[in-house]
Amino acid sequence: MQRIGVFVCHCGTNIAATVDVKAVAEALKNETGVVFSTDYQYMCSESGQNIIKDAIRDYKLSGVVVCSCSPRMHEATFRKAVASVGLNPYMLEVANLREQCSWIHKDIATATDKAIVLGKAAIAKVHLNAPLTAGESPVIKRALVIGGGIAGIQSALDIADAGFEVDIVEKEPTIGGKMTQLDKTFPTLDCAACILTPKMVECSQNDKIKIYSYSEVADVKGFVGNFTVSIKKKARYVDETKCTGCGLCTEKCPMKKVPNAFNMGMNNRSAIYIPFAQAVPKVATIDADYCNMLKNGKCGVCAKVCTAGAINYKQQDEIIEEKYGAIIVATGYNPIKLDKYDEFAYSQSKDVVTSLEFERLTNAAGPTNGTLLRPSDGKHPHTIVFVQCVGSRCDDSRGKPYCSKICCMYTAKHAMLTREKYPDTEVYVFYIDVRTPGKNFDEFYRRAVEEYGVHYIKGMVGKVTPKADGTLDVQASDLLSNEQLHIDADLVVLAAAIEPDKSARPLATMLTASMDTNDFFTEAHPKLRPVESPTAGIFLSGACQGPKDIPETVSQAGAAASKAIGLLCKNSLTCNPCVAHSDELMCNGCSSCEKVCPYGAITYINKEFKMPDRTTAIRRVASVNPAVCQGCGACTVACPSGAMDLNGFSNSQIMAEVDAICK
Amino acid sequence: MQEAIINRAKQLLADGTVNRVIGWKKGEFAYDITPAVFETAAEIDADFVYDEFTAANVSKYLIKESKKDGRILAFLKPCDTYSFNQLIKEHRIVRENVYIVGIPCDGKLDAEKIRQNGITGIRTVSNNNGILKIDTIYGEETMNFDEAVSERCSVCKSKKHVVYDELIGDDGEIADSGRFDMVEKLENMTAQERYDFWREQLSKCIRCNACRNVCPACTCEKCVFDNDNSGVANKAAADSFEENMFHIIRAFHVAGRCTDCGECSRVCPQNIPLHLLNRKFIKDINSLYGEYQAGADTDSRAPLTDYKESDCEPSVVHERGTE
Repeated sequence: MQRIGVFVCHCGTNIAATVDVKAVAEALKNETGVVFSTDYQYMCSESGQNIIKDAIRDYKLSGVVVCSCSPRMHEATFRKAVASVGLNPYMLEVANLREQCSWIHKDIATATDKAIVLGKAAIAKVHLNAPLTAGESPVIKRALVIGGGIAGIQSALDIADAGFEVDIVEKEPTIGGKMTQLDKTFPTLDCAACILTPKMVECSQNDKIKIYSYSEVADVKGFVGNFTVSIKKKARYVDETKCTGCGLCTEKCPMKKVPNAFNMGMNNRSAIYIPFAQAVPKVATIDADYCNMLKNGKCGVCAKVCTAGAINYKQQDEIIEEKYGAIIVATGYNPIKLDKYDEFAYSQSKDVVTSLEFERLTNAAGPTNGTLLRPSDGKHPHTIVFVQCVGSRCDDSRGKPYCSKICCMYTAKHAMLTREKYPDTEVYVFYIDVRTPGKNFDEFYRRAVEEYGVHYIKGMVGKVTPKADGTLDVQASDLLSNEQLHIDADLVVLAAAIEPDKSARPLATMLTASMDTNDFFTEAHPKLRPVESPTAGIFLSGACQGPKDIPETVSQAGAAASKAIGLLCKNSLTCNPCVAHSDELMCNGCSSCEKVCPYGAITYINKEFKMPDRTTAIRRVASVNPAVCQGCGACTVACPSGAMDLNGFSNSQIMAEVDAICK
Repeated sequence: MQEAIINRAKQLLADGTVNRVIGWKKGEFAYDITPAVFETAAEIDADFVYDEFTAANVSKYLIKESKKDGRILAFLKPCDTYSFNQLIKEHRIVRENVYIVGIPCDGKLDAEKIRQNGITGIRTVSNNNGILKIDTIYGEETMNFDEAVSERCSVCKSKKHVVYDELIGDDGEIADSGRFDMVEKLENMTAQERYDFWREQLSKCIRCNACRNVCPACTCEKCVFDNDNSGVANKAAADSFEENMFHIIRAFHVAGRCTDCGECSRVCPQNIPLHLLNRKFIKDINSLYGEYQAGADTDSRAPLTDYKESDCEPSVVHERGTE
């Protein structure tokens, strides 16, 4: 029989205002095995912990029930406290009277009844608790960064700087991400390429950093400190080790009509291509969808002109398996598709462009070599209308409910740069409100209005209609002067909302990392652990966690790197002793548990058994690797015979809790 | 058909392909045909039977038989092959120790249905184009095959063998049988009507465990009902709750693995339509996670032990449960 102490916490008024804590302590005193029961204002405080420690000594307690907040909050605190006086930390149970009781109820009488029941359940469980000992698992001192945009680059550089090996997996043929497509960056207006490309080069030259370009994460197994990742290197039909990046193949390639994704499809490139001049690695890639040689075996020009002999039409996708201690997710964002926004005539008129397309139209490496020209007729636009919040802060299903955060600033940048280069251009910006919370951000926006004479109009554009003369009729409302406007525009620029990259959702499943309804990765705590995923060993960098501009992305990337470095510095991690184990005498070897195990912790062994009829038989039975098992319990539910059980959460413990609640 | 099967069995024994044959022999009555293992041609000649009443699924016996020395010949009807495959999938049978001959099946008779028609003392039955000629101790009777065929065969899901080493006769097709019609009828009842239906049925249970013992999905080394540590162990139902729970727990345990072979209902001495519980699970799995037939193959992932992004949300399942 256990000797159990019950400690009911007031949590100030968090619990005590809705739950009669004294009545709870009093009621639980009468439960079987309870030899001590008390309440205190803050059990987690030092004096609160001392009450527990003293009681363990004075009453020779063998089990402890703390009725307080969620075990996520203070289980570790109380486990340490009981361990300090010699009790096994796993002889402690926490009954959650706060999140699961006081915070969600109003009526004191019912909340108190429920609190007593929760306490009884925890007591019933403690009766069946057994001391557990935690093992240790080694940490592999290598990090993986998924995504090679500015977030991934910064994280990788910081980790490499701390002396750890780090690999970047980038799905495009080059690292650099969205920032490579930008012209200037707010609020200082320095050229994006000028500040980014040195970092890209640094990545390629750093001997601690390995870049897997044109590659994707295909599978993730394992756990914090010990991930095994399968990386799919997609066939680029060019031997990376031989290609010198001379570009001759791209010039000679006869298939030149491939929409150039780098320039948002506004011009064409060849089927074999190097995305842009500063690409890292500077290696050609063959677009298998367009290459004549790969499609019908007729061409082979690139192989003929390549003096390095790098072209290999028979190259296959390759799977590389690597082990990592930490993973940083930096999958970034994309502007949303605007095909549902017919009112802005995006699909009807070439002169309605997204902001990222506008960025290419003003960039020296863009389709117009940096001269701002209308995509339809190549003429200089004289009236430009910028529309903010296209799909952001949107309450219907076409857009996103959140603020995309970067649009106000880049629109101010576009408007300002247009006015500076082309003073004869009238620039209108339609906004819901202008959000500029950042260092030097509001000053930047005010400069656009006050010094550059950009017409900021509060109100939304209702309709854009292409007219016969090639201009666009922009119908909008000015909310401040309460009038309807018609503007004859030459170019309309839509600040499309941004959304997480489509690769993020399947990746989250592989990583067992959680996501919100918008497919942004969720952080372990929105305020206090903003760069960690709730899944241990997974860190978040950049816009995959929420909309961010470059300065914020870079600081988060550094923060994620430092968290990863903190992990990689450790030689070993304490394992969770609450892991599954299989009763071999009952195991059928049916593989149900192996199929549901998200961590690949279960394998099968053929083992000799003495059978009840005194014969021996070789049977296939499940075996759990305790270092890999995370104690999720999926196997215990899948097991048809009940052979699988979980330490600390055994089937009998859970049934005892249910019984205590239902009694 | 019986002759062809016996000849093939003797050939395979003689040429050393197998050293035993699992088939069926006559029981006390014409209609209680029982699985049996034969080791010699003489034994086969004496006892082997395959007729209109030969309904038993021998797949489950192969768990033990396939672990013995040598190879065993098994004659499997189309629906038996699904059970066999499912057991292969669960690593319960040593495949290379079994030689499978697929045999055709046109549906098996249900002696109970014949008796209900007032025909008793059955000696032999022969089928003439859908008309049964039944020789009884009281004289000869006739009956339509369709009226005497067992329920599971009247809604046969497949006449196709999903696994075999060789076939006797031609392979059939997967059928669209309407086997969920009764489940649908139960779903359309009010909760009280449904409860009353099941109480009436399950109250007949005598806990003989025949359903569990015959079920090819019930192959645990130790059944939870026999395991004192499981919390649900019992030998006999003490009250109506335990009466219900035995069958409900069993249905949960075989969910996603039950091939709908119908053996549970066939062997139930109280004629409880136990297969309806399993079919409800199959129907729900089909509609929630996409069509799935347990045992159709040996390598696919079963919906209940798999995760796909397209899986329905738990709330959908929950809301259905409260309908």
